[in-house]
Amino acid sequence: MQADAAVRSVLVDVLGLDAGQVAAFDADTELFGAIPELDSMAVAGLLTELEDRLDIEIDDDDVDAEIFETFGQLVAFAEAKQG
Amino acid sequence: MPGALRHLSYPFDGLSEQLLVVDPHAPNGPHSPRVLIVPPLFDEMNRMRRTLVLAMHNLAQRGIGSALMDLPGANESLAPLETQSLASWRAAVGAAARSFAIDAAHADAANAVALNSIPANSTAPLVIASVRGGCLIDDGADAAYRWRLSPAKGSRLLKTLLRTRIAGERVDGRTVTAAQLMALAQAGPIELAGNRIGPDMAAQLDGALPAPLPATEPARAVQLGSGADCIAGSALWLRAEPGEDAAMAAGIAQDIAQLLA
Repeated sequence: MQADAAVRSVLVDVLGLDAGQVAAFDADTELFGAIPELDSMAVAGLLTELEDRLDIEIDDDDVDAEIFETFGQLVAFAEAKQG
Repeated sequence: MPGALRHLSYPFDGLSEQLLVVDPHAPNGPHSPRVLIVPPLFDEMNRMRRTLVLAMHNLAQRGIGSALMDLPGANESLAPLETQSLASWRAAVGAAARSFAIDAAHADAANAVALNSIPANSTAPLVIASVRGGCLIDDGADAAYRWRLSPAKGSRLLKTLLRTRIAGERVDGRTVTAAQLMALAQAGPIELAGNRIGPDMAAQLDGALPAPLPATEPARAVQLGSGADCIAGSALWLRAEPGEDAAMAAGIAQDIAQLLA
């Protein structure tokens, strides 16, 4: 699965966001702070789901707040883990 | 009263644990099947609960009674969570199944009297329906049928619990690793995402996989999605804000009813 599509589907499933709203996200769409559903608990579920759907391993040491700043940064992080 | 929620209990470890029962509107014959629902674990249970209860009402409309069990240490249970493990929860599934079978036999006998028919000695077939992490412990009781929704690996549930703690610590400016938390968990209960996880639970979750479905019993495992062996819906157990999904609940009930048909 492509990282872009995986991140969108995980945002819909984990955060319960409207699929139409998420389809309109672009690289500059702000996530953390802009989407109230995205709290530290949701971050945990989101990372685990991304691992499952993209068949990647995410080391928690690599996870910092930056990757959740924008949609583009989260996709870039997932793509980097795909190697 | 048909369709109403009824509180039954099962004895476990000196305490009384809750079974939430929905009786069938019109039983399918004298020994209508009964479905025991083994819920997801930890927060996933809270997130799925409303939709599971909707599925139970839908089953009742199809003439199928069901019960949703509390796991010791979860939901209304007065038992401490930190002394539970997958092994104790597996034993609780067995205890819940026994209490539910006795209740079903009484209901069938009363129903037979009402219908003026002679009750047979056989009992209602038990269906065990488990969801997510519930699939890790659903082999705690014998069943005539088994049904699973989106079985989860223990290691993935544990990782999400650990991550929630790691993310929470980071918000407070502290750094902790999963390895450090697992080392702590070996020594005594630790708090993960609002759950007191004891050493046995942490160790057993780490390698736990759902038991293979027995070849001798009708059994079915379904995932979310579209296509064969799928039901439509979304992963409510992941949702930060728990919701309910009536269409998904109807899909769950229909799929279980098809297994029994």
